[in-house]
Amino acid sequence: MRKLPHKDVAIIGLGWTGAIMAHGLAEAGLDVIAIERGPWRDTASDFSPAYAPDELRYHIRHELFLRPAQMTLTFRNDARQTALPIRDWGAFMLGNGVGGGGLHWNAETWRFLPSDFVLKSHLTERYGATFIPKGMTIQDWGVTYDELEPHYDRFEYLCGTAGTAGNLKGAIQPGGNPFEGPRSRPYPTPAQKQPFSATLFAKAAGELGHQAFPQPSGNMSQAYTNPLGVTLGPCTFCGHCEWFGCGNYSKASPQTTILPALMRLPNVAARDNCEVLRILLDKTGKRATGVVFVDTDGEEWEQPADLVLSCAFTPFNVQMLMLSGVGRIYDPATKQGTIGRNFTHQVVSTAQAFFDPKTHRFNPFIASGAIGMCIDDFNGDNFDHGPLGFVGGGYLGQVQTNGRPIETTPVPAGTPTWGAKWKAAVKENYNSSVYAGSGVHASFYAYDDVFLDLDPTYSDRFGRPLMRMTMDFHENEHRMSAYLTDRYAEILKAMGARQVDKLPRTGHYNVADYQTSHLCGGAVMGTDPNTSAVNRYQQSWDVSNLFVIGASSFPQNAGYNPTGTVAALAYWTLEAITSQYLKRPGPLVQT
Amino acid sequence: MRKVFLVLAIAVLVGAGAIAAAIYATDPKRPSGPVATSHGTQQSFGEIEYGRYMTVVADCAACHTDPHGGEPFAGGRPIETPFGAVVSSNITPDRETGIGAWTDDDFADALQKGFGRDGHMIYPAMPYPHFTEMTRRDVDAIKVYLGTLKPVHNAVVSDTLPFPLNIRVGMRAWNLLYFRDGRYMPDPSRDATYNRGAYLVEGPGHCGACHTPKTMLGGDKTAEAYQGAVIQRWTAPNITGDARRGLGSWSIEDVVQYLRTGHNRQAAASGPMAEEVDLSSSRMSEDDLRAIAVYLKGQPGQGDGAPPVASDTPAMRAGAAIYGNSCAACHGRGGAGVTGLFPTLARVPAVQQRDPTSLIRVVLDGAKSVSTQAAPTGAAMPSYGWRLDNGQVAAVLTYIRNAWGNQAPAVSASEVASMREQLKRAN
Repeated sequence: MRKLPHKDVAIIGLGWTGAIMAHGLAEAGLDVIAIERGPWRDTASDFSPAYAPDELRYHIRHELFLRPAQMTLTFRNDARQTALPIRDWGAFMLGNGVGGGGLHWNAETWRFLPSDFVLKSHLTERYGATFIPKGMTIQDWGVTYDELEPHYDRFEYLCGTAGTAGNLKGAIQPGGNPFEGPRSRPYPTPAQKQPFSATLFAKAAGELGHQAFPQPSGNMSQAYTNPLGVTLGPCTFCGHCEWFGCGNYSKASPQTTILPALMRLPNVAARDNCEVLRILLDKTGKRATGVVFVDTDGEEWEQPADLVLSCAFTPFNVQMLMLSGVGRIYDPATKQGTIGRNFTHQVVSTAQAFFDPKTHRFNPFIASGAIGMCIDDFNGDNFDHGPLGFVGGGYLGQVQTNGRPIETTPVPAGTPTWGAKWKAAVKENYNSSVYAGSGVHASFYAYDDVFLDLDPTYSDRFGRPLMRMTMDFHENEHRMSAYLTDRYAEILKAMGARQVDKLPRTGHYNVADYQTSHLCGGAVMGTDPNTSAVNRYQQSWDVSNLFVIGASSFPQNAGYNPTGTVAALAYWTLEAITSQYLKRPGPLVQT
Repeated sequence: MRKVFLVLAIAVLVGAGAIAAAIYATDPKRPSGPVATSHGTQQSFGEIEYGRYMTVVADCAACHTDPHGGEPFAGGRPIETPFGAVVSSNITPDRETGIGAWTDDDFADALQKGFGRDGHMIYPAMPYPHFTEMTRRDVDAIKVYLGTLKPVHNAVVSDTLPFPLNIRVGMRAWNLLYFRDGRYMPDPSRDATYNRGAYLVEGPGHCGACHTPKTMLGGDKTAEAYQGAVIQRWTAPNITGDARRGLGSWSIEDVVQYLRTGHNRQAAASGPMAEEVDLSSSRMSEDDLRAIAVYLKGQPGQGDGAPPVASDTPAMRAGAAIYGNSCAACHGRGGAGVTGLFPTLARVPAVQQRDPTSLIRVVLDGAKSVSTQAAPTGAAMPSYGWRLDNGQVAAVLTYIRNAWGNQAPAVSASEVASMREQLKRAN
């Protein structure tokens, strides 16, 4: 193995968090290298508007995603089963290449509720400790909404997020989300224009006593130049956003917000198509000395560094810790160990609404990734769970991101699944139905029997054990999904639909059925080293010059898209490193 | 075309070579005028910093650095000319392969008179016909700065032109035709800003090297100074005060912003101009950029030519449809574009140049705009050459050049075909 010249900082993965950290630490004067296992991706070369809207290439054939042959996970519902490798992505998509998940996301840019960050304390205080279901291992984050607010703000101004503020410094604003935490200033750009279906949803929700507001969007409502001087263009509502790269520079991504400024810095280097195999520790096991990566020729390189940041996607941050021997792997039998613990996803459901084609033409192809009108009345603990017998919630919205022809074939329940009658039904309903893939976007709280560990059987192309995910829904999530889907269907009915088919989340967690790509947890943050892998600054409890940054830090997932919180945590950690750690390297929290 | 150049070059060379006296008479080493005092030994920080700035203004780094991993100023970059590639020299202070052994006078002779230390003639790919306008102080300052660089041992083979152009003495004949040794003389009827602009543009900035049309022998057509030319398969646009094709519709601030950031409310620099902005004008002072703008806007333009192509021709109708399908998402239905990302197409000089070379190549091949400290985005136009055939590219360009009040000659499919071939050979 050949050794490269020393760097101050080695970053594993160049997605949102890697780009944010690389830029911030390079600006602080450090010599930074980011190592990314996928290819470089650039707007004009890799998703030119001349071919970006190619549903078959990008959506069906997963152009931008990790190839399962390159890296996959194994899956089982519970610990008594034998896990099998995922050979085609289903429930979630795993990005590959520079930009990571930030390249193919829809750019729905939410903040979590203040109560989400103190979830266990909040629910215990309001409903009593016994209200929390048995086996649910939710906990407080160790960081509060107020502490993260400036960092949410920084990310939104980086992205030019389009939205309508609902709470400015405590004052509730008309047209915004009245449940959101106080924000220090308005969104940088006004909300996107809404299509007919979303406008109708907002009206119906209002008639039912709910407060609808535009979904916060990283698809630009107008041209925007961010504080780094990087310019984004207005969204064209092309309807090819999620799982696609944006050819118009109008979706916030590392490519459209940070990388142009980052790559101008002389003290930043990036290596693409180089996969980090493990983090190197010294003899004490308490200090990282760098990373080992392998290039496309199969040659291994040692990259020494003073500071190592694991900025990979959720399960791969966890895998990196396990393969490097950092911390203790969670054991569900004894409930001991923290690495792999509190792994979560999302509980998404929806309903399809069919309208009279003579009176309703929705033109669903006029869409952006983060378009839509939403209500937050049933998210988090915004409503009284006491009589309902479950915890958790989500936002409900008409957030239909596309009318792409291969996927958009909504037909009423009872229609044959193929043949002339199916075709006739597709034709009749295509333009007069409402079908948001994630109309109900709900929380997934942590359980002691949902976790990640190393698969004993299956390994990757380098012989490293795959991550094994053990995940299932619990009764709490089924009740929540049923309740929220009912509320959602009520609004669709009030829109004037002649038929509404509910599709709540039922049965076992199905790894083949797409929900969202919001895998969370597994290396969670907290205040107790016995129940968290990293401290409140995402610093490893075990190796103080290692920070593990991303949704892997979420103790449990809330009822929102996670990217806003992922980025806010990255900026929070960046500030901790530059203002505290660099002055006095060592644990930022004493145990 | 290249054969014609060669024949003409031979004719001139034969004519010049036949008269030995002419060679003597044109010997640039003959003393002429008073010898200027050298300031080059003043190694103060101020002088070095001033020299660094003048090196930026003269954009020495662009040609004298091999973009494929070469050390700064160590030469070795092939400079494409209509006569063949000329390889740039090593101007680091290496004594053997660079200019370390050169005196200040040697250096001044190279910049102001076009011959090197050993007396060999320099090809005018090195813009000594412009640098001759520079003051001796500025020339010396550049040498002082270059003297502080890391010496790089890099022997450059610069004799790469074919016979008879490889007989450098022939450049004397060329000089007789196109070169006037002499420093810039301020125009007393103009203010200091205009004169500073004139000095920068005519001298160290050597804007005319690209933007002034050239004769068959590569000399400036001085009567059409700055009215635009084609160089290295790009259109170097008209940068006179011409209202339609030049800088007439841009304010002084528009010009300054363009030179400083590579972008302004309408335009984005790409191709060779991107390199100029990156290495030179984005690093110049606002005052100097303003002076350049004042001077250029004061230069005479071309006046309107032919009337616009009628909107009901088949090419215009096809072009409008192609535009709506392939271009409007970024550039807007009315050609307004988005400042900082997508250049404006309506009523802008870049689209209405008489020569459509840049437009054709950008549609065929795509282009990346420059990324600067002030405007780092560096947005790029993707290639459409794989998707649009020659007729379609010609139609959409004819449309763009004549829609929304624009006015420029139609583009033909054969012009597109020719560029497609050239790009294929160059790539």
